[in-house]
Amino acid sequence: MLHYILFIATIGGIYGLLALSLNLIWGSAGMVNLGLAGFFAVGAYASALATTSGGAPILAGWALALIAGGAAGLVVTLSTTRLREDYLAIVTLGFAEFVRLVAANEIWLTRGIDGISGIPGPWKAALGQDFNAVYFLIVIAVVGAVFALMRRIDRSPYGRVLRAIREDAQVAQVAGKPVLHFKAQAFALSAAIAGLAGALYGNFTSYIAPDLFLPLITVYIFLAVAAGGTGSPIGALVGAYLLMTLLESARFVVAVIPAVTAVQRAALKELLIAVTLIVVLRLMPSGLLPERIPPAPRPQTGGTT
Amino acid sequence: MTALLELKNLRRAFYGLEVLRGVDFAVAAGGITGLIGPNGAGKTTLFNVVSGLVPPDTGSIRFEGRDIAGAAPDVVSRAGLVRTFQVARGFPKLSVFQHLMLYGRNQPGENLLQAIVGSRAAREREAALAERAWETAHFLKLDHLIDNPVTALSGGQKKLLEIGRALMAEPKLVLLDEPTAGVNPTLQNEIGQRLLELPKRGITVLLIEHDMGFIAELCDPVIVMAEGRVLTQGTFEEVRNDHAVREAYLGRRAA
Repeated sequence: MLHYILFIATIGGIYGLLALSLNLIWGSAGMVNLGLAGFFAVGAYASALATTSGGAPILAGWALALIAGGAAGLVVTLSTTRLREDYLAIVTLGFAEFVRLVAANEIWLTRGIDGISGIPGPWKAALGQDFNAVYFLIVIAVVGAVFALMRRIDRSPYGRVLRAIREDAQVAQVAGKPVLHFKAQAFALSAAIAGLAGALYGNFTSYIAPDLFLPLITVYIFLAVAAGGTGSPIGALVGAYLLMTLLESARFVVAVIPAVTAVQRAALKELLIAVTLIVVLRLMPSGLLPERIPPAPRPQTGGTT
Repeated sequence: MTALLELKNLRRAFYGLEVLRGVDFAVAAGGITGLIGPNGAGKTTLFNVVSGLVPPDTGSIRFEGRDIAGAAPDVVSRAGLVRTFQVARGFPKLSVFQHLMLYGRNQPGENLLQAIVGSRAAREREAALAERAWETAHFLKLDHLIDNPVTALSGGQKKLLEIGRALMAEPKLVLLDEPTAGVNPTLQNEIGQRLLELPKRGITVLLIEHDMGFIAELCDPVIVMAEGRVLTQGTFEEVRNDHAVREAYLGRRAA
């Protein structure tokens, strides 16, 4: 049971990274990235290929995943600058499918639908049974670092500009902010984090394949961020763990329902998850921990009332 | 006197309809210049063209001697030419304070790396701007609302905030599009008083307004536009007694 919980907590942490990534770009900057799973896949494949056929150390694989994710993000935003905002969503969705289809068909590089197995994990042989526990700690450390980074950005003048762009990009531009520069930079950073999440995933489960990167992951993360509270990094993390708990506990709940077939059980599981999320958003439309306006720092030289 | 803003033969058409049909005028540094004219004269389009939202078809826009025609809005804004909107536009979920802070110039904390490491330059600039934001809010009597989202402000308060944003940006020239539209007379007077403060702080004002009392009180000179061109300009008295202006506003027969 402990192994199971550690496994779920680790995957939850990886979902947490994806939620932090989406929160930066969607929650803060208001750009709809429907291709999150694609950037996740780019990172996973980059690290998996580097650490298996490339023979690179795992840390190098993770660094490569960061760079590959960021570069892919940059290409996607820069190629959509001439399009109206809604079209970014469509292009990113297409990008994710493109990545998945390349992974499934370019067998010489990605081994196609068979996937890549035997991806090394850090000190896996030496750790044996303890691997899951150690890896969980590594993931938590990475999540903690990325969370700290996101919170810093969130409370900085940079984060303020992103919010302004989310609310009205044209007014932000009139206020003197080079909007495209901010959008491209934030998108690249967000995609880099999604790429890193992919690498952490592959080096943990030791196996990746195209069908692990279906658009459903993106939908799940959107739900996690919405339920947790868009625009707040802590909300994104809480939302991701809430989602993970929900996904896993639904499995046990439907198992005890008598007189249904396995297929019905799977459908019931999805239904249960959907209903729970609807209830959360019905009761708390802005999510569990919504974005809050930070109070203005009071001047030191006495009151102004 | 050298002109701060100089427009020469500015033209812009939309779908074959010429909205600006060769606008020529200059705004001298200092003071409040009024821009009036009947609806459809092209005033707001002119603001859109000057502020970079809409590129002109032809013509030149010289700001401090530099041609800014066709430059992107953020470039124009950073050059020191800031505008407001007729219907106060803002960032609904941001507070009054965040609005004011956003308009501050030269913010090192808007650089991603400096934001992440929290550089000293970024912190110092932020603290200095915060102080100015408080002063500005106090000046506009918005300080009790400083942490409220702008959606909680009344129409008049939103107009005041627009002036506050202009103050924070420390522009050389601010274009105000109907700063008192839809505002009650008391607050209108209040806004007028605050506007008079801008030239004292070295900010030149060019404003569009329909309220003639407001124009008479604040603006000198007054530029009159009609049908995409400048009709005449001068002091309010001169303009008011101008035959062509009466015609443009009231129609030929009434004149």
